Amino acid sequence: MRRGLGLLAFLAPALVFVVVFTYYPLLRGSQMAFQQWNLYDLRNTPFVGLDNFRTLLANPTFWTVLRNSVVWVVGSIVPQLLIGFGLALLLRKRFRFRGVYQALVFFPWAVSGFLIGILFRWMFNGEFGVVNDLLRKAGLIDTNVAWLADPELAMFSVVVANVWYGVTFFAIMILAALQSVPDELLEAGALDGAGKARTLFFIVIPFIRTTLLLTVLLRVIWVFNFPEIIYGMTGGGPAEQTHIVTSWMINFTSQGDYGLASALGLIVLAVLVLFTTFYLLALKERDAR
Amino acid sequence: MIDQLSPPVRVLRVALLGLWLVITLFPLYWILVTSFKDPGDIAAFPLRYLPSPWTLTNYASLFQNFAFGTYMANSLLVSVVAAAVATLISLLSAYTLARFEFRAKGALLMAFLVTQMIPAFIALGPLYVLMVDLQLVDRKGGLVLLYIAVCIPFCTIMLRGFFENVPDALEEAAMVDGCSRLSALFRVIVPVMTPGIMAAFIFNFVNCWNELFLSVTLMNSDSNKTIPTALNGFISSFNIEWGPMAAAAVLTIVPTMLMFALASRWIVEGLTSGAVKG
Repeated sequence: MRRGLGLLAFLAPALVFVVVFTYYPLLRGSQMAFQQWNLYDLRNTPFVGLDNFRTLLANPTFWTVLRNSVVWVVGSIVPQLLIGFGLALLLRKRFRFRGVYQALVFFPWAVSGFLIGILFRWMFNGEFGVVNDLLRKAGLIDTNVAWLADPELAMFSVVVANVWYGVTFFAIMILAALQSVPDELLEAGALDGAGKARTLFFIVIPFIRTTLLLTVLLRVIWVFNFPEIIYGMTGGGPAEQTHIVTSWMINFTSQGDYGLASALGLIVLAVLVLFTTFYLLALKERDAR
Repeated sequence: MIDQLSPPVRVLRVALLGLWLVITLFPLYWILVTSFKDPGDIAAFPLRYLPSPWTLTNYASLFQNFAFGTYMANSLLVSVVAAAVATLISLLSAYTLARFEFRAKGALLMAFLVTQMIPAFIALGPLYVLMVDLQLVDRKGGLVLLYIAVCIPFCTIMLRGFFENVPDALEEAAMVDGCSRLSALFRVIVPVMTPGIMAAFIFNFVNCWNELFLSVTLMNSDSNKTIPTALNGFISSFNIEWGPMAAAAVLTIVPTMLMFALASRWIVEGLTSGAVKG
């Protein structure tokens, strides 16, 4: 009994904060999703069933935004994973200044996504942007490209910014995993005559598979929920064509329409929960085989 | 992979590492250079890769035309207090979760992990309403409370990873010598775990310092704004003045960058141990 009280005393502060400021608002938000709830019309908040969801699904922008979210997640994660893996392989062996190098490559992490958005907005500027200047100097383009004015190019540009930002995380996680691969395993592989590529694909990758797959899962969820770069870089433009679900949601919260915003939030949550479940189930199934 | 690298491979490695370093640092270099250019220089064609002349007018303008000093002081106050309190609270919860077995443990860990997946915006509206009810809108104290709540779950998971590297025997010995559990924790374990605790604190600090949407939603009056809220005001205005914007960006980035550079080793350790064991 005393032990229980002691445990509770140690855990209580953390629990109070998380319950009051995360789980309670989450529950309340789930409720709001079924209400007409506007900050500027607080006297009138009836339950409206699925109306908010119907409004969202009937909005053509919703489908654009959903498609963009997939492009944003896949387009960001795949290059992040590949470059991050490469970087981790390059960093695996000790060399002089490795610590300094890691600290330098770590820098983007200290910067907020919002600020990175602003930074890349300036670099991708059609007139004074340094990206155009560099590409012209390299002879790749003759005239300036309006990166952020064309919907397709704008989506590409925000993805580039996000790739730049997220490589480090993959590199760190994969490097940590690589260092857990026992040398004996690699020696055995070398003795059996496996070349570098075969060692990588048949020994190293299978060994760190779990870390890789869990890192990807965490990153998918995180990138899906990460509107800051888009918000700072294009504000969702041109004409809402670079919005992902979470950046689009800002439009509703800034209009005070918490009913619609919450409904959209619930859809996001449902999508992510479904994705996570299937992903983990698929992992288990493969493991069972 | 374990044999020595041959010279060509070594050269290739240096080249690739160098390339990625340039790609990583170039945007930061570019914003730094821009912050020291005068308006004519910023719009110069062809682009100039170094300012001519170097000028501090953009920085001066931030403090003369905007209350940037106030924003910085607000950000510093809110982030330091929130990060410190969150680290302290997480220390207790992480310790409990690392050292004891109890029935609700798995569920608790899961509850902390799940907070990392919830889209912030589903809770933003209700949070705003809650803060109105608590009369904490546009108050720095209110923002501090929210930031503490935001920091706790991940900080707990991260610190728990560090605790698992510290042997139980340490505090058990202290308790045999008559220390209470709490004083054993603070007198014996905390000193051993200082690097991990510093990493957790810095991680929290950087998160609070960079947080945008909660502060934009809650803080309206100019005397209470934090830096991200102020920057948001800059980009919402129709025409962005890139000189002051770049200067503001530099002033925002430099403190967190210095902290990260100091603690990057421990942060890497904390992230990986937290994620692998969590």
